[in-house]
Amino acid sequence: MNSAATTTPAPTATRHFRAEKFDFWSFFFTGLTGLATLFILGILATILLNILVNGWSAISWHFVSTIPKKDFFDANTTGVLPMIVGTAFRVIVMTIFVIPIGVITAIYLTEYAANTSIITRIIRAAVNNLAGVPSIVFGLFGLGFFINFVGKNMDYLLHNTTAVWGQPALIWASLTLAVMTLPVVIVATEESLKAIPPGLREASLALGATKLETILKIVLPQALPGIMTGGILAVSRAAGEVAPILFTGVAYYMASLPSHLSDQFMDLGNHIFVLATQSPNIEQTRPILYATVLVLLLLTFALNIVAILIRARVRKKLRALG
Amino acid sequence: MAEISIPKLAPQATTTADATPGAPFIEVENVSLYYGASKALKNISVKLEEKLVTAFIGPSGCGKSTLLRCLNRMNDLIDSVRIEGAIRIGGHDIYARDVDVIELRKRVGMVFQKSNPFPKSIYENVAYGLRLHGVKNKADLDARIEESLQQSALWEEVKDRLHSSALGLSGGQQQRLCIARAIAIKPEIILMDEPASALDPIATARIEDLILDLKKEFTIVIVTHNMQQAARISDRTAFFYMGELVEFAATSKIFTNPAQKRTEDYVSGRFG
Repeated sequence: MNSAATTTPAPTATRHFRAEKFDFWSFFFTGLTGLATLFILGILATILLNILVNGWSAISWHFVSTIPKKDFFDANTTGVLPMIVGTAFRVIVMTIFVIPIGVITAIYLTEYAANTSIITRIIRAAVNNLAGVPSIVFGLFGLGFFINFVGKNMDYLLHNTTAVWGQPALIWASLTLAVMTLPVVIVATEESLKAIPPGLREASLALGATKLETILKIVLPQALPGIMTGGILAVSRAAGEVAPILFTGVAYYMASLPSHLSDQFMDLGNHIFVLATQSPNIEQTRPILYATVLVLLLLTFALNIVAILIRARVRKKLRALG
Repeated sequence: MAEISIPKLAPQATTTADATPGAPFIEVENVSLYYGASKALKNISVKLEEKLVTAFIGPSGCGKSTLLRCLNRMNDLIDSVRIEGAIRIGGHDIYARDVDVIELRKRVGMVFQKSNPFPKSIYENVAYGLRLHGVKNKADLDARIEESLQQSALWEEVKDRLHSSALGLSGGQQQRLCIARAIAIKPEIILMDEPASALDPIATARIEDLILDLKKEFTIVIVTHNMQQAARISDRTAFFYMGELVEFAATSKIFTNPAQKRTEDYVSGRFG
């Protein structure tokens, strides 16, 4: 190196590649982005650890398997079974509605509608705006449309105006949540449909398949994992939402588990609000509150795990191809 | 510019052909194609014969693939496309209003540039088209699948793993599988859009042998960028330039004694 510098007439040229000074801005931004990430991780860890540590001691088999008969603010008599059942029930019913409607809409948008047409743009804008509507507004919509319009008219036609459907019920809460999570499913499905190589559609059509056959036999099986991702996101979003079910189906207290779509139900998220704000004895209720939050987290987690496991199986099957 | 006034298709070119001349099977008559406002094909007229290999050559963007895709109406899939003129196959206008596009595509198969096997098993790839067209019986399916894999020279390589994924095959095998898939439904015509452009020389040679073999049974139209390939496998060659058919004649004539200066420049590698 030194000998080269003495023999070659241009030593400046070799020096050119050496970093001479400490690059402050590079260091600064590396540090800044790293800190931002740490900050987020720190917040997440604080929340989860706090709930886990405080909730774990109050959680028991008795707690998750008991239907509270009298005072649910009292640690000895309380239980969250009806809330677990109610939350799980409403999320599952919601999924049954939101997946088909969302998938069919996404198929229309990607496979049938002309991308540039004004109608497609209006639908896309509507879907995006739907995602931005506050959840309490969905609650009011559910009350106005599902209960007061659909439900009341069903009673008028089926039950001689006796209130069966025209009141808050599990089905209306689930449908309201389905409307709320529709954009999530539509967008996820659209993305997975767009990711399928156009060559596969062309190959199918060139063999004389109709568009419908191509979608059903080639496109949809490929898009299934992506559709399920949309479902998982929708479940995650819906499980913790309280505002949309406030007017449409949730009950402060019920003595029995919901058994029918027209029943009201108790809900973990709503129950957390009740425990936090309505308790006559805060100190006595606090452990129950922590435990209930932990149960909600675990339930959301469990619903996600189930969906992820099913998706993994579908992916594996797609790869192995029976 | 003077060259443009010369007839795009000299009918006598066909009669001077050295291969056995057949009756015109695919007749393209005065076809113009527009993508929106831009004109991609300009008044193309050409008559292709049955059970011959016709090569479409020309620089990128000259319209050769576009014309190929007119022959099985794959251009229907693009919204902005407008076609003028007539295309007849076996005497039937394929753009007539009462034409069943499904039936047309069953009779005019296609192999694409990028091999595109379905992400299914080898067996299911070939079975797909057969099932679409009503072959349901297991024994019939098995027989037809073996027959088309034999015909596409793939059978010996895959007979022991018919039920494993087609995506595990090599590029050349995948392309031969796509050919097997196309011939399984017994089309009359096979359109090939640069079928070997993504393959290595050995795989290319196998595809070329296969094309020469398939010629006995099918009418083949192939788009290629590879001049030697066109010379090796085709009986007729059409040279396209800027959306026009510059020259159409027997392949030997195009490559040894072209009538047009532009054809000569292109096949000798002076441009394009």
